[in-house]
Amino acid sequence: MIDLPQFATILSLLLCAALAMTAWRLVRGPSFADRFIAFDMLTAIAIGFSAVTAIVTTRGVFLDIALGLALINFTATAAFALFLERRARDR
Amino acid sequence: MTILALVLLAGGVLLTLVAAVGLLRLPDPLQRMHSATKAGTLGTTLIVLGTLILVDDVRPSTTILTITFLLFTLPIGAQLLGRASYLSGVKLKGVTENAIPEMLSADETHDIKWDATRLRQ
Repeated sequence: MIDLPQFATILSLLLCAALAMTAWRLVRGPSFADRFIAFDMLTAIAIGFSAVTAIVTTRGVFLDIALGLALINFTATAAFALFLERRARDR
Repeated sequence: MTILALVLLAGGVLLTLVAAVGLLRLPDPLQRMHSATKAGTLGTTLIVLGTLILVDDVRPSTTILTITFLLFTLPIGAQLLGRASYLSGVKLKGVTENAIPEMLSADETHDIKWDATRLRQ
Protein backbone atom coordinates (compact mmCIF):
# COMPACT_ATOMS: atom_id res chain seq x y z
CA MET A 1 0.00 0.00 0.00
CA ILE A 2 1.27 3.43 -0.90
CA ASP A 3 2.14 5.78 1.93
CA LEU A 4 -0.29 8.66 1.52
CA PRO A 5 1.71 11.53 3.12
CA GLN A 6 4.73 10.50 1.06
CA PHE A 7 2.63 10.51 -2.11
CA ALA A 8 1.28 13.95 -1.23
CA THR A 9 4.84 15.20 -0.69
CA ILE A 10 5.86 14.00 -4.16
CA LEU A 11 2.77 15.66 -5.66
CA SER A 12 3.51 18.97 -3.96
CA LEU A 13 7.16 18.84 -5.07
CA LEU A 14 6.04 18.35 -8.68
CA LEU A 15 3.60 21.24 -8.27
CA CYS A 16 6.45 23.36 -6.87
CA ALA A 17 8.48 22.64 -10.02
CA ALA A 18 5.52 23.73 -12.16
CA LEU A 19 5.12 26.82 -9.98
CA ALA A 20 8.78 27.75 -10.46
CA MET A 21 8.52 27.47 -14.25
CA THR A 22 5.32 29.52 -14.30
CA ALA A 23 6.90 32.15 -12.06
CA TRP A 24 9.84 32.39 -14.44
CA ARG A 25 7.45 33.08 -17.33
CA LEU A 26 5.51 35.54 -15.16
CA VAL A 27 8.65 37.52 -14.29
CA ARG A 28 10.42 37.40 -17.65
CA GLY A 29 7.49 38.06 -19.96
CA PRO A 30 8.56 39.14 -22.57
CA SER A 31 5.15 40.63 -23.40
CA PHE A 32 2.13 41.44 -21.22
CA ALA A 33 0.18 38.62 -22.87
CA ASP A 34 2.75 36.07 -21.65
CA ARG A 35 2.46 37.35 -18.10
CA PHE A 36 -1.33 37.10 -18.12
CA ILE A 37 -1.18 33.56 -19.51
CA ALA A 38 1.24 32.58 -16.74
CA PHE A 39 -1.07 34.20 -14.20
CA ASP A 40 -3.94 32.14 -15.59
CA MET A 41 -1.83 29.02 -15.16
CA LEU A 42 -1.22 29.88 -11.50
CA THR A 43 -4.89 29.12 -10.80
CA ALA A 44 -4.48 25.54 -12.01
CA ILE A 45 -1.45 25.09 -9.75
CA ALA A 46 -3.25 26.64 -6.78
CA ILE A 47 -6.15 24.21 -7.27
CA GLY A 48 -3.62 21.37 -7.26
CA PHE A 49 -2.14 22.62 -3.99
CA SER A 50 -5.57 22.93 -2.36
CA ALA A 51 -6.34 19.34 -3.40
CA VAL A 52 -3.05 18.12 -1.92
CA THR A 53 -3.84 19.98 1.30
CA ALA A 54 -7.26 18.31 1.40
CA ILE A 55 -5.59 14.90 1.06
CA VAL A 56 -2.95 15.48 3.75
CA THR A 57 -5.40 16.87 6.32
CA THR A 58 -8.28 14.59 5.13
CA ARG A 59 -10.58 17.59 5.30
CA GLY A 60 -12.80 18.12 2.28
CA VAL A 61 -13.38 21.80 3.00
CA PHE A 62 -10.02 22.62 1.43
CA LEU A 63 -11.54 21.72 -1.92
CA ASP A 64 -13.94 24.65 -1.49
CA ILE A 65 -10.92 26.87 -2.12
CA ALA A 66 -10.70 25.28 -5.57
CA LEU A 67 -14.31 26.30 -6.23
CA GLY A 68 -13.55 29.88 -5.14
CA LEU A 69 -10.46 30.02 -7.36
CA ALA A 70 -12.43 28.70 -10.32
CA LEU A 71 -15.02 31.42 -9.78
CA ILE A 72 -12.47 34.23 -9.47
CA ASN A 73 -10.21 33.04 -12.30
CA PHE A 74 -12.63 33.87 -15.10
CA THR A 75 -13.21 37.41 -13.86
CA ALA A 76 -9.47 38.04 -13.63
CA THR A 77 -8.82 36.67 -17.13
CA ALA A 78 -11.64 38.73 -18.66
CA ALA A 79 -10.38 41.88 -16.91
CA PHE A 80 -6.81 41.30 -18.12
CA ALA A 81 -8.00 40.67 -21.68
CA LEU A 82 -10.03 43.90 -21.58
CA PHE A 83 -6.98 45.74 -20.26
CA LEU A 84 -4.78 44.41 -23.06
CA GLU A 85 -7.30 45.34 -25.76
CA ARG A 86 -7.84 48.82 -24.36
CA ARG A 87 -4.09 49.30 -24.15
CA ALA A 88 -3.69 48.24 -27.78
CA ARG A 89 -6.46 50.62 -28.85
CA ASP A 90 -4.95 53.59 -27.03
CA ARG A 91 -1.56 53.14 -28.54
CA MET B 1 -10.67 2.56 -5.58
CA THR B 2 -7.71 4.21 -3.82
CA ILE B 3 -5.43 3.17 -6.66
CA LEU B 4 -7.78 4.86 -9.15
CA ALA B 5 -7.71 8.06 -7.10
CA LEU B 6 -3.91 8.00 -6.89
CA VAL B 7 -3.62 7.46 -10.65
CA LEU B 8 -6.01 10.37 -11.30
CA LEU B 9 -4.06 12.66 -8.95
CA ALA B 10 -0.68 11.70 -10.40
CA GLY B 11 -2.00 12.18 -13.94
CA GLY B 12 -3.40 15.61 -13.14
CA VAL B 13 -0.23 16.81 -11.46
CA LEU B 14 2.00 15.44 -14.24
CA LEU B 15 -0.21 17.18 -16.82
CA THR B 16 0.17 20.44 -14.89
CA LEU B 17 3.94 19.94 -14.89
CA VAL B 18 4.02 19.26 -18.63
CA ALA B 19 1.93 22.38 -19.23
CA ALA B 20 4.38 24.42 -17.15
CA VAL B 21 7.25 23.07 -19.27
CA GLY B 22 5.31 24.08 -22.37
CA LEU B 23 4.70 27.52 -20.88
CA LEU B 24 8.44 27.88 -20.42
CA ARG B 25 9.65 26.42 -23.71
CA LEU B 26 7.14 27.27 -26.44
CA PRO B 27 8.08 30.25 -28.61
CA ASP B 28 5.09 32.62 -28.72
CA PRO B 29 2.09 33.64 -26.55
CA LEU B 30 -0.60 31.75 -28.47
CA GLN B 31 1.34 28.48 -28.27
CA ARG B 32 2.01 29.05 -24.59
CA MET B 33 -1.70 29.58 -24.05
CA HIS B 34 -2.43 26.34 -25.89
CA SER B 35 -0.22 24.58 -23.34
CA ALA B 36 -1.52 26.40 -20.27
CA THR B 37 -5.20 25.84 -21.04
CA LYS B 38 -4.69 22.07 -21.12
CA ALA B 39 -3.50 22.18 -17.53
CA GLY B 40 -6.41 24.39 -16.56
CA THR B 41 -9.07 22.06 -17.93
CA LEU B 42 -7.94 18.43 -17.93
CA GLY B 43 -5.28 18.71 -15.21
CA THR B 44 -7.51 20.34 -12.60
CA THR B 45 -10.42 18.06 -13.50
CA LEU B 46 -8.30 14.96 -12.84
CA ILE B 47 -6.91 16.39 -9.59
CA VAL B 48 -10.33 17.36 -8.22
CA LEU B 49 -11.86 13.99 -9.22
CA GLY B 50 -9.00 12.14 -7.55
CA THR B 51 -9.49 14.12 -4.35
CA LEU B 52 -13.23 13.38 -4.45
CA ILE B 53 -12.54 9.66 -4.50
CA LEU B 54 -9.69 9.69 -1.99
CA VAL B 55 -11.06 11.99 0.73
CA ASP B 56 -14.34 10.91 2.38
CA ASP B 57 -15.15 14.40 3.60
CA VAL B 58 -15.51 16.03 0.15
CA ARG B 59 -19.01 16.92 -1.00
CA PRO B 60 -19.67 15.73 -4.57
CA SER B 61 -21.68 18.90 -5.29
CA THR B 62 -18.61 21.09 -4.72
CA THR B 63 -16.54 18.93 -7.05
CA ILE B 64 -19.13 18.92 -9.81
CA LEU B 65 -19.61 22.70 -9.51
CA THR B 66 -15.86 23.30 -9.67
CA ILE B 67 -15.35 21.10 -12.73
CA THR B 68 -18.39 22.51 -14.53
CA PHE B 69 -17.30 26.06 -13.88
CA LEU B 70 -13.75 25.42 -15.04
CA LEU B 71 -14.90 23.66 -18.20
CA PHE B 72 -17.28 26.51 -19.03
CA THR B 73 -15.08 29.49 -18.25
CA LEU B 74 -11.51 28.49 -19.13
CA PRO B 75 -12.02 28.15 -22.91
CA ILE B 76 -13.85 31.49 -22.94
CA GLY B 77 -11.07 33.12 -20.95
CA ALA B 78 -8.43 31.64 -23.25
CA GLN B 79 -10.28 32.93 -26.29
CA LEU B 80 -10.52 36.43 -24.77
CA LEU B 81 -6.80 36.45 -23.88
CA GLY B 82 -5.79 35.10 -27.30
CA ARG B 83 -7.80 37.78 -29.08
CA ALA B 84 -6.37 40.47 -26.83
CA SER B 85 -2.81 39.27 -27.25
CA TYR B 86 -3.17 39.18 -31.03
CA LEU B 87 -4.64 42.70 -31.02
CA SER B 88 -1.85 43.94 -28.79
CA GLY B 89 0.59 42.99 -31.54
CA VAL B 90 2.69 40.25 -29.99
CA LYS B 91 5.27 38.62 -32.19
CA LEU B 92 4.10 35.22 -33.48
CA LYS B 93 6.54 32.60 -34.68
CA GLY B 94 6.49 32.30 -38.46
CA VAL B 95 4.10 35.24 -38.89
CA THR B 96 5.69 38.37 -40.31
CA GLU B 97 2.64 40.40 -41.31
CA ASN B 98 -1.00 40.76 -40.32
CA ALA B 99 -2.25 37.18 -40.62
CA ILE B 100 -5.94 37.93 -39.99
CA PRO B 101 -6.69 41.29 -41.64
CA GLU B 102 -10.50 40.96 -41.18
CA MET B 103 -10.10 40.80 -37.44
CA LEU B 104 -8.63 44.26 -37.21
CA SER B 105 -10.35 46.13 -40.04
CA ALA B 106 -13.94 44.86 -39.68
CA ASP B 107 -14.24 45.93 -36.07
CA GLU B 108 -14.96 49.66 -36.10
CA THR B 109 -14.64 50.10 -32.36
CA HIS B 110 -11.10 48.75 -32.36
CA ASP B 111 -9.35 50.98 -34.84
CA ILE B 112 -5.92 49.39 -34.58
CA LYS B 113 -3.21 49.66 -37.17
CA TRP B 114 -1.23 46.44 -37.16
CA ASP B 115 2.31 47.01 -38.34
CA ALA B 116 5.77 45.66 -37.76
CA THR B 117 6.85 48.62 -35.67
CA ARG B 118 4.39 47.62 -32.96
CA LEU B 119 5.97 44.21 -32.55
CA ARG B 120 7.63 43.74 -29.22
CA GLN B 121 11.20 42.57 -29.24
